[in-house]
Order: sequence, then C-alpha cells, then structure tokens
Amino acid sequence: MKSIDRRSFLRQSLAGSLTLGFSLQGPGLIAKATAAQIFDPSTLASDWAPSIFVSIAKEGTITIVAHRSEMGTGIGTSLPMVLADEMDADWDDVQIVQADGDRKYGSQNTDGSRSIREFYERMRIVGATVRRMLILAAANLDGGDPTDYYAKDSSVRKKGSQKAIPFGALVEEAAKLERPDRGSLVLKTPEQRNFVGKETAVPLRDMDAILDGSAQFGLDLRLPEMRYAVIARCPVVGGKPVKWDEAAALAVPGVEQVFAVDGPPAEGPYFFNALGGVAVIARDTWSAMQGRDKLAIEWDEGPHASWNTEEQMAGLKASAEQEGQKVRSNGDIDAGLKEGRLIESEYALPHLAHAPMETPCATAVVTENSAEVWMPTQTPQSARQNVAQNLGMDQANVAIHVTLLGGGFGRKSKPDYGVEAALLAKEVGKPVQLLWTREDDIRHGYFHAVSAMRFTAALDDDHRPTALRARTAFTPIAYTFSPGAKVGTPGECGMGLSDMPYDIANVRVETGQADPHLRIGWLRSVCNIFHAHGVSCFADELAAEAGADPLDYLLDLIGEPRHISQETLGSAYSNYGGSLEEQPVDTGRIRAVLERVAANADWKARRAALTGTSKPWKGIGLAVHRSFLGYVANAVEVEISESGVLSIPKVHIALDCGLAIHPDRVRAQMEGAAVFGISLAKYGKITGKDGRVEQSNFHDYPVARMNDAPGEIHVDLMQNEEMSTGVGEVGVPPFSPALLNAIFDATGVRHRSLPLADLDLRPA
Amino acid sequence: MANLQVNGEELEIPELDPQTPLLWVLRDHLHLTGTRYGCGKGLCGACTVQIDGSPARACITPVSAASDREVTTIEGLRGPVCESLRDAWREENVPQCGFCQGGQLMTAEHQLRTNPTASAEQRQTAMSGNICRCGAYSRIKKALERASEDLQQEAK
Repeated sequence: MKSIDRRSFLRQSLAGSLTLGFSLQGPGLIAKATAAQIFDPSTLASDWAPSIFVSIAKEGTITIVAHRSEMGTGIGTSLPMVLADEMDADWDDVQIVQADGDRKYGSQNTDGSRSIREFYERMRIVGATVRRMLILAAANLDGGDPTDYYAKDSSVRKKGSQKAIPFGALVEEAAKLERPDRGSLVLKTPEQRNFVGKETAVPLRDMDAILDGSAQFGLDLRLPEMRYAVIARCPVVGGKPVKWDEAAALAVPGVEQVFAVDGPPAEGPYFFNALGGVAVIARDTWSAMQGRDKLAIEWDEGPHASWNTEEQMAGLKASAEQEGQKVRSNGDIDAGLKEGRLIESEYALPHLAHAPMETPCATAVVTENSAEVWMPTQTPQSARQNVAQNLGMDQANVAIHVTLLGGGFGRKSKPDYGVEAALLAKEVGKPVQLLWTREDDIRHGYFHAVSAMRFTAALDDDHRPTALRARTAFTPIAYTFSPGAKVGTPGECGMGLSDMPYDIANVRVETGQADPHLRIGWLRSVCNIFHAHGVSCFADELAAEAGADPLDYLLDLIGEPRHISQETLGSAYSNYGGSLEEQPVDTGRIRAVLERVAANADWKARRAALTGTSKPWKGIGLAVHRSFLGYVANAVEVEISESGVLSIPKVHIALDCGLAIHPDRVRAQMEGAAVFGISLAKYGKITGKDGRVEQSNFHDYPVARMNDAPGEIHVDLMQNEEMSTGVGEVGVPPFSPALLNAIFDATGVRHRSLPLADLDLRPA
Repeated sequence: MANLQVNGEELEIPELDPQTPLLWVLRDHLHLTGTRYGCGKGLCGACTVQIDGSPARACITPVSAASDREVTTIEGLRGPVCESLRDAWREENVPQCGFCQGGQLMTAEHQLRTNPTASAEQRQTAMSGNICRCGAYSRIKKALERASEDLQQEAK
C-alpha cells in the first residue's frame, strides 16, 4: 500500500477547503464557503473515478475510499482490500482515504457488526466493474477480443502474450466506456482471490502511523487560533446548573471564557444532544480543566437524583419474578412448569461503561452558516444530522471528518460530543477542541443496561427440561429516546434470549419493567452480554443438577441440527435484520463450533485432569452463543489461588463467521473479545448513589490489564464459504458464562452476579 | 518563554503554571500529539514518555519536573531496540485501534533496553501499567518476545 504521510495528508485534505481559508483570512471567508468545497476524498489522485469508492490516476495510484470508521477492527483495511482484490490491484499501488460523512456511500454507521455483512458484496461489485472496464479498454486499444484479456497486479494482460498494460495507461480509454451492468460482471471464484481469506492478506493501513505516533486520532488536530474546552456536566442525568463561580474559573491563567450549555429536558428524551452544563474555554486543555475545577456549581439535579443501584436492582429482580410481556411462547409453559422437578436461578448484571482508551472528543469550526467537525465517530452521518439540527443548519453546510478512533465499542456511535463541540465553537467563534476527561467518560456516557433475569425449568426423570421460562428485566435503550420506555423491547430480547437454541417443548420468554436513570446505550454485543450469560450459565446449572458432563448435556439440550423457525422464535424476532431463510438460527452450526472448541481444548481429558484440584482450584468451562449471525464457542480454563486470585491460563475459541475476509483481523477480534469479556466479568460495574455514577476512572472502573489476560488464547476459524458476518461483537457474549462455568467446575460454587471482583471465589 | 529538551531538540514553550502536566505541554503547545491522553491520573499508560531514558507518565509529571532533562516521545523514539520492537509489532500485527501503542512501545523499549533477558513474568509486570482496551495483550507479549530474540540474535 502506498503510504500517505498523515500530516501531509491532513494538510492536503484541508487545501482549498474551509480551514485554510480560516487561518489565512479569518472567519468571514468561511461563511461564503459551501460544503461542496469541503474535501471529497474520491477526488484525490483521480484521473478516472468510476465509482465514489475508487479512482485511478494516470501515474498508477489507485485511491480507495474507506467509508466505515476504523476503531480497531481493521475495517479501514479490509473493505478497501476486498475492492482491490476484485479489481486485481497491486496493493503497493493502493492508497486508502477515509470518507467524510455522506449519505452517498450508503450507511456509514460502523456498528452492529455490519460492515462486512453489508458491504463485502458491494465492494466486490465495484471492483469487478472496474476490472471489467479496464479489460474492455485494453481490448479496445488493441483492437482485440475482451475474452482474451485478464487483469493482474494493476495491469491488463493478453492471454499468451508477455504484454502488460498498466491500469494507469488505460484510464483515458476506460473513462469513455459505459459502466457495464451487474449481469455482465463475473465475480472472482475463491481460487482467484489474491487477498480475501488469505492468512497473509495485506498489512494494516495505519500500522506505520500507529508505531511512530503520527496516527491522527480525535484529539490530534491542531488549527490556528484553536481553543481547548471541557464541560462540567451535572452528576445527575438531566440536571441543570443554577449558579457557578465564573470569576474563579476565569482567574485561572489561560482560561478565556465560561458559559452555560443547554441540556435536555430533565426527564428526557436525551437523544444525541448535549448534556447540560458549564463550558470552560482556554488556551490549553490543562487550563480548561483547572478552570472547571473552580466552578463550584450549584445544580438543579432533577428527578434522577433518586437513583440508587440497590433499589434499582431490587426492582429489576422483582420484575423478573412477575409475569412480564410475552416475547416468545412455545407449547404450554404453565402446564409444563407444573410437572417434574423445578430448578430456578436468578442472575444480576450491572451497568457498564464503554471506556474506550480514547475518550469522546471533537474539534469544530462553526460560522454563521457552515460547520466542520473532526471527530472519532462510528457514525459520521448521524453526527452530521445531529450537528446540523443543533446548529439549525442545512446538512449540506455541515462536514464531518472522521479521524481514527481510539476504540469505540458503541460509545462513538452516539455523536453527542460532536454536537457539544459544534455548540461551543459557535459560541466562541474560533476553532474549539473539546475533550471528555476520563471522569466525564465514566460518569456521563450512554450506559450498557443493568439487568436481572430469572430462569425456571421443569426437569423430567432424565434431568432434561420439559419446560423453560426466562424472565428478563433491563433498562432499555429506547429510554434514551423516549422517557416512557421502561420495558426491554422484543428486539433487545432477540439478542441472546428469545433466540436461545435449546430443544425444549414448552418455552416462554418474558420481559419486565425497569427503572432507568441514565442514558442507556448499546455496548459491544449489547443485550447478548447478559442474555448469553444467563442462558449459558443456566444450561451449565442444569447439567450439574443432572450430574452430566456439561458438553454432553449442552449438545443434548441444543438437539439435532435444524433451523429454528420464526414461529418458534416469536413473530418479533428480527435476526439482526437478516433473513431467517438466508441466515437461519442454525443449531448445526452452533453444535459445530461447540464440538470444535471442545476438541481443541481436549475437553474431557482436561476436565478430568483439573477436577478435584485444590489450592489452587482449577477448572474448565464451556459456552456457545450465536449473535450478529455468527457463532462462537469458548472453552476457558481457570485457576483460583489460595488467596482467591483468579487467573485464566488458557482460552480456546471457535468461530463460524462464514468466509473470514481478513483472517488475522478476525482472530484479533476474538482475542480482544476474550479480554473484553474478562474486563466485564471481573471488574465491570457502574453503580449509582443519589443519582450519581459512583465510578470515575480506571482505579474504580478497572479494565483488564496484561496480568489479567489469558496466558494463551487459541482461535480456530471454521473455514467455509457461508455468507460473511461481522465479527466485532460475536466473540464477547459466550466469554463470561464460559468463565463462570469454569469457576463452578473449579470450586463447586455457582456465582450468579457480576463482577467477580466483588466476590470471594474460593470454596467456602 | 522557557525551554524544554524534547527528542533531542531544545523547544520553546510559553510561560505556564509549573504544575502543568508535561502531557498538555507536549500536545497543546508543542503539537507532539503522539503522546495520548487516557486517564489523567497515571493509571493507563497511554501518555508514557521517557525522561532521561526512563518511562514516565506525562499526565502526572509537572512540566517543571522535566526541565533540564531529556524528554523522549514516541515521535522521537529511535535506536536498535525500538526498531526491533517496531518490526516485531508489525510481524505480530499487534495494534487494533492503536491508541495505546505509543505508550506500550515506550514502556517496552525501556524494559528491553535495560533488561534484555527479562523473564516472561518480569515483562508482564513491566507492561501491566499500560492498558490496551482492545485487548491486544497476547500479541504484545509475543511481539516483545520476538523483539528480544531478534536482538539477542543480532548481538551474537
């Protein structure tokens, strides 16, 4: 791949656009500019742009647009690689540019594990179109028959000849051609792929810039006259500042301005708007933070000041004990639960914060009728819409430039911080860079739901469930957008609960009332986190009740390979937006990853070897889960020391994501998902007292460090040609239940709440 | 105006509160943005720089404590140890989002330079102050091991 010096690229991207004008001639000029002048990456190095995604220069450079956001999944490399492969580009000729937010690209919302799923085919078609046109161009120039030509390494060649015409030399002729229709395109066969699915694939787009520090994340833009800002937000969601000591803040050297920022109505809806507070503008970040500390704000805290986690959890547990709204119903649950032996378990999981290494941040330049925002966002189109709306501007006059993201995990698909930066820049009249401190990030985010679940099963004489009722109660995401929404939706229940794949005649899934007091958001794998936890831990509990091997029991519970019908799953089951016909809930694939991981972990032998050990207590646990149309099974080995310290010597993961486009990045996602799972299981806990989030930074909201990480992680990809699914989330859900099942295996103690750091893991 | 020695250069900085953390001087005044903000409390290691060759958390190091000393940031990290680390990082495809990696390399470089034959456990202890939220730890470990082996090969 051609390397673009990040800084020179940034300069290039600004050339002729608003900001350069700003620095030379002051804000007046910006007002005259329109969004059309804002840098459009598809125009870079272009003599021929057959698509908004790719252009080719006569000198040979192939520019490919990455329209999805890079937050560590490798998507900024993988999708351009798909296009490059299909057009037979030599990777050394390719340069990748990051797209601004623009609807013309289709969805840019890098969320829901959808990038590969939704754009793999489209990138192939674009690549095949370009290849076809270049071949036709070569045949035209030669006066030959197109069927005698093929593309290879950025050139078109004639069969049986040494001649190779570089793509660049074909650009002029290709530009005269009409775009061939889809029907005339021939996509590559698996054998013809150069990069896709290959272990060696291609190097990562941003590797060099990451290693030398030049990578441009959200906080790295430096503009002339730029000011630095932080906002003091009410510790209680929806609260408003009543009084503050402006003079004290202004007395801090470097602080230039202090002003209030409007917030949402106290009871919501919150949407992606700014949280209310007081902004401090300064010549550097430190001065702004010092100024903020001096504000001594008196808040009108509003109705959420009553939030306390203990009460909230008691309410959720009470909800899970009562009949809730029916989401799935098979057979006759009431009759089913009247026969046989009843087993019942309750699971409780706390709120979580995303805590990406890079906190939310954005830089904005706003004039009377135009705005530019640079931000690490998963969703530049939503950012554009929300910034425009908050500024009362037409979206056409708002540009969102996407920087690298220092992690996202769903936090950065909420563009509130871009809105805040734009509002501040409008007030200040100069470029403003807004930083969320880590404390802001932990206290004021869009939190993963707090949940309680109650599972009740009736077992027959063979210890097999004839009936299973699952009741869930959690703070729904909808609450952020609609203050009256306090019951988990069927869509959220469809993430890991109503799609539980067990072969049981009588099943009922119900969802109950919750009492939300925070902005609720989606976090990597969303409701699958607690649902997979409950579903997979409960299966392990049933296996223990039966005195059976957990693997054998689980395979029996899952039953024969089959596709679970919509009728069984419930009419509201949405299958991640995919068709159940094309991408069914396939118990065959669930079984296959489970059997694979058990084989790789040498399950029976390891279990036999570890059982009965003490001080340290050792064990192994399993879990399998389908989410985001992919399938993952985990086998986790644990060790608990005499002093109760948990370590994880070995983790085996088997993944079926269909065709793995960039196998190395797919593996990296699985490795990272295991560590993410350790963080949430071991430490993850956001709690409230008097309306306030009690945690604030990595000392009281710890995440996994190297000494928490597994000694070994082994990832096995089921190689197949099934439709490719995204892999950013699918690895997370089965980890915590496999871990808890392993702890049970080691100690005989069943833990039903998280985080583990709150518990003594040693046997009593 | 005062001066600060950064990456072998004498750089001018404005008059500042001497308590201003080095991090913000580097980022906001010297525009050396490779040193990242992660926590502001010395908890995560994203802001790790070297002062006189030893790792320091720039977010809790007052700029006054760095005067008359040699500050090295990721932009200025050079030398055989660092180059073999960068090669190993490439070989193992370590980074995911990459945000923490500058800090990881600053810590790793010091560890490998001052204790080239450290045990796996010593390495892990040295690296446990640097958080990687993407969870690239297993690859960081492998890359460190690889770099260490490469350097020992070269030394032979």
